[in-house]
Amino acid sequence: MLNTDSNSKNINVFMYKFWSDFSESKVAVISLLILIAIVLIAIFAPLISPSDPYDLSKVSIMDSRLPPMAKNFAGDIFILGTDGAGRDMLSAIFYGLRVSLGVGVMSAIFALIIGTIFGISAAFFGGKYETFIMRIVDIQLSFPSILMALIILAAFGKGIEKTIIALVLVQWAYYARTARAAALVERSKEYVEAAQCLALGNKKIMFNHILPNCMPSLIVVGTLQTAHAISLEATLSFLGLGLPITEPSLGLLIGNGFQYMHTGDFWISIFPGVALLITIVSINLVGDQLRDMYNPRLKK
Amino acid sequence: METILEIKNLKTHFFTKAGLIKAVDDISFKIKKGEIVGLVGESGSGKSITGFSIIGLIDAPGRIVSGSINFKNEPLLNASSNRMQSLRGNRLAMIFQDPMMTLNPVLRIDTQMIETIKAHDKNISNQEAFRRCRDTLGLVGISSPEERMKAYPHQFSGGMRQRVCIAIAMLNKPDLIIADEPTTALDVTIQGQVIYEMQELCKKTGTALLWITHDLAVVAGIASKICVMYAGRIVEQGSVDDIINKPMHPYTIGLIKSVPSQNKRGEPLHQIEGMVPSMLELPIGCAFHDRCTETIEKCKIEKPIETNQSDSRVIRCFNFKDIRK
Amino acid sequence: MTDILKVLQVSKNFVKPIDIASKVVNMFGNFYNQEVVHAVDNVSFNVTSGEVVGVVGESGCGKSTLGRMIAGILPLTSGKLDFHDQHYSGFDEGNYKHNSHIDLKIQMIFQDPFSSLNPRQKIIDIISEAPIHHKLISKKDKKYFVKDILNKVGLGTDAMDRFPHQFSGGQRQRIGIARALAVSPEFIVCDESIAALDVSIQAQVINLFLKLRQDLNLTYLFISHDIGVIQHIADRVVVMYLGQIVETASSDEIFSHPNHPYTKALLQGVPTLDTKKKIYTPIKGEIPSPINPPSGCYFHPRCKFSTNKCITDKPSYKEVSPNHFSACHLNS
Repeated sequence: MLNTDSNSKNINVFMYKFWSDFSESKVAVISLLILIAIVLIAIFAPLISPSDPYDLSKVSIMDSRLPPMAKNFAGDIFILGTDGAGRDMLSAIFYGLRVSLGVGVMSAIFALIIGTIFGISAAFFGGKYETFIMRIVDIQLSFPSILMALIILAAFGKGIEKTIIALVLVQWAYYARTARAAALVERSKEYVEAAQCLALGNKKIMFNHILPNCMPSLIVVGTLQTAHAISLEATLSFLGLGLPITEPSLGLLIGNGFQYMHTGDFWISIFPGVALLITIVSINLVGDQLRDMYNPRLKK
Repeated sequence: METILEIKNLKTHFFTKAGLIKAVDDISFKIKKGEIVGLVGESGSGKSITGFSIIGLIDAPGRIVSGSINFKNEPLLNASSNRMQSLRGNRLAMIFQDPMMTLNPVLRIDTQMIETIKAHDKNISNQEAFRRCRDTLGLVGISSPEERMKAYPHQFSGGMRQRVCIAIAMLNKPDLIIADEPTTALDVTIQGQVIYEMQELCKKTGTALLWITHDLAVVAGIASKICVMYAGRIVEQGSVDDIINKPMHPYTIGLIKSVPSQNKRGEPLHQIEGMVPSMLELPIGCAFHDRCTETIEKCKIEKPIETNQSDSRVIRCFNFKDIRK
Repeated sequence: MTDILKVLQVSKNFVKPIDIASKVVNMFGNFYNQEVVHAVDNVSFNVTSGEVVGVVGESGCGKSTLGRMIAGILPLTSGKLDFHDQHYSGFDEGNYKHNSHIDLKIQMIFQDPFSSLNPRQKIIDIISEAPIHHKLISKKDKKYFVKDILNKVGLGTDAMDRFPHQFSGGQRQRIGIARALAVSPEFIVCDESIAALDVSIQAQVINLFLKLRQDLNLTYLFISHDIGVIQHIADRVVVMYLGQIVETASSDEIFSHPNHPYTKALLQGVPTLDTKKKIYTPIKGEIPSPINPPSGCYFHPRCKFSTNKCITDKPSYKEVSPNHFSACHLNS
C-alpha cells in the first residue's frame, strides 16, 4: 500500500494515528487534560500560588488553622484554608505537587534507564548473564516495595537524593523485566538477524534497533510506574521518612496534617490527599489507555 | 444434479475507520452436490471473506450488504442465529488454514469431537458418538485412532492436526465443506496426502467442497470448477479444463503464465506488472486495468460486468480474447 | 570455475539443557538424557562462483539452519566453512562475524517481509546504515548511494523517506534485497525469500534475482520448499531430509533422473497445473521428529523400497553418475 505522504507528513501521520487511537477513550482524554493541568501547576507553582508558603517572613502563626474560604485580619482569603503554621493550603499543595511529581518522575526516569540497560542486555546476550540478572530481578520483585524502601531509607537516612535513590532501587526491576520481555520478542525478529548479518556490532543492534521497538511497552510501564513511585514516596513521607520538611511533598503534608484530624481541622490533611489521589488516578488512567492501545490482541 | 449452494450478487463490505473496504463486491457462483469448486485469488482478493460470509462469521465492522446465499434452497442471509448454529458443524462445515483455530489446546481430541456430535444430536449415546469419531479419524488416515483420540492437539504434528480438523468437519456428514487454505501451511509431502484424502472423502461421502486457495496448482488436480477472484470480484469462472488450459481473462492468463513450470528454465518469468491495489484505493473502472496488457479506454472508466459465455463459463472483462474463435 | 564456498562436514546441534530437577535425579542414578536436536548433520557441498544452488526440503530438514550458518549468524557445532579458500567458521556465541575479511561478502535475504525490516527506520537508513558503519560510503553520499541501489531493485527514490509499513510485501522484499546489496556482497543466501509473497509478485522478485545475478555477478544459495521455483532458477540442487543431504545433482539431472526415493516422492507429490484428474499416490507417514530420528537411513519408515539393511545401516553418500551424488542403499 503506497502512501503518497512526503517526508514532512510522516511525523504528522504518526501523531494523527496516536491521537485517534488515544481519543477513543473519553476517560483517558479527560485524564490527560487533568494531568497536563497538574504538570503545568507544578512547573509554574511559584507564579500561580497565592503566596509562598515557605517564605517565613510572610507566614504568620496568627493565620493558623483557618478553615477553607476563611479570611484573615489583613483580608487575604485562603481558598483551602491554612495549616498549623499558618501556611496557605492551596499554595502548599501547589508546591507539594512540584516535589511529588519531581521526585516521582526523576526516580522513574533513572529506574527506566538502569532497568532498560539490564533488561535489553539480558535478552540479547542470554546464557548465564541473563539468568543472573533475572534472578536478582525476581528476588527484588518478591519484596514488597514499601518494605524495601523503608529498609533502604532507615539505613541511609532522610533526604531528597536518598529518597530518589531508594525509589530507583525499588523500581528498576519492573523496567528490567518489561524491557527483557519486549527485547526477547524483538530479538527473534528477522531485522535483528539482518543487522547481525551486516555486522553492525552488538551495541548498535541493542540500542539502535531493539530498544526503539521496545519503547511502546516501556512507555506504558513508565507511566504506570511513575504513579506507583509518587504513591510510594507519599507513603514514605507520611511515615516521616523520605523527604525533609524543607521540601514537603504531598505525602508529607498529609502526614503533618494528620494530627489535626481529631480536632476537626480536616482540610489540612484531606486536601493534599485529594490532590495526590487525582494525580495518581489520572496518571493511571492515561497509562491504561496507552497499554490498551499498544496491546496487539485488542486490535481488530 | 442438485445445487447445494447458490450465491447471487453477494456483497460484503467493511466499514472501517480508514474507509470503506468492499472486500466482496458482487460475486455469484453455484456448487452442485458432491462437486469440488476451487476459489482462487491472491491476498486481498476477498476469497476468505467469501467463505466467512457463507458460514456467517462476518463481524463488525464488516457486514453482508446485499445479495443472496442459498443453501439447499434455504436463504442463509436472514436466517436466525439459532438456525445458523444448527447448520454449522452439521450440514455446513469449515476448515481453516491454521488447525489451532479449530482445536482447543486444553481439551483432548475425543472431547472436542464428541462435543461436535452431541451439539447436533442430543440423543446419541456416548459409545455411539465415540464409535463415529473413531471411524471418521480412520477415514482421514490416522492410524490407531482409538489411542490417538485420547491425545491433546499439541501432541500431534501439523499435518495430523489438520487431518483432525477435517475429521471434525466430516463428523456429521455435511453437505458442504468450506476449506480455507487447508494445506498452505503444510509440507509438500503432507499436502499431497491431505489433498488425496480430501479427494477420496468427497467421492465416498458425496460432500461438496469449496476449496479456497491462492495456489492454482493445488485445485487443478481435484476441482471440477474454478472461480478466479481479484479485488473482491470473480473475474473468470469455468470448468477446470477451461480455466487452466484455455484462460481468457488477462489476469488468469497472467497468473498461469507466471508459474515457473510454464516458462523456459533460466529465462525471466512472465510477470504481471504492478501490484495488487489497496482495497481502500481501488482504481476507477476495472480494478485490474493498470496492470493489464489488454486495457482499452472503456476499462478505465467503467467496471466490467459478467458475461456468460456458455453454461458454466463466466467472464468479467471488456476486452478479452475469445480464443475459441 | 572456482569454488567460492566450501561447506565441509558442517553440523549444528541444538541442546536442551537439563534443568536442575533432572540434574538432581541424575545424581541418584536415574538417567535423564539431554535432548539433542541434530538440526544439520554432517553436510558437505561446494558452490561454484556465479552458480545458483537450490536447497530444497521440508520442515525439520535443516535448510534454514544451514543457511544461517553459511551467512555467519549462527555458530557451527562442528565442521568448517571456507569462503574463497579462507576458513571463516568457528564463531563464538554472541560474537558473530568477527572475521572482517568476509564479514560483508556473504549476505542474507529473509523470509518474512514484515519482520525483516526495522519498523522504526526510514528506508534510507535501513539501506545506508551498514555501508556508513563500515565506512564504505560517507554520510554525505548517503542520498545518491541509496538512490542508485533503489533503482537497481526497481523502486523509486520517493521510497527513501518512508517507513516499512507503507509498503507492500513485494516492495519490502526489494528493500531487503537493496539492504543486502548496499554492502557489495558476492554471495547471497535467500532463505525462503519469496514464500510469503503473492504468486504474481513472486515472479517479479524471481526475475529481479536473475537480473541481479547477471548484472552484479552474484552467487546464490536459494533455500526453498517450492520445487517449481527451484527447478526454474537453480543450476544445482541439494535435497535435504532431517538434517542430512540425501541427493545432489545439477538441476536438469535431478528433475529428469532423480535417484533417491525421497527426491522421487517429493517431485511426484508437487501439485502441477495438470488438469487430468491426478490420482495422488502420496508418500506415507509423517516427517519424524529430529530429536528421535529413525535408525539407519532416516527415510526408511516412509520408503517404498526399504530393505533390512536400510533399517540398520546408514547409507553412504556416493557418486551415482558424473556430479550426481545420492545417499541410498539401492545404489550399492
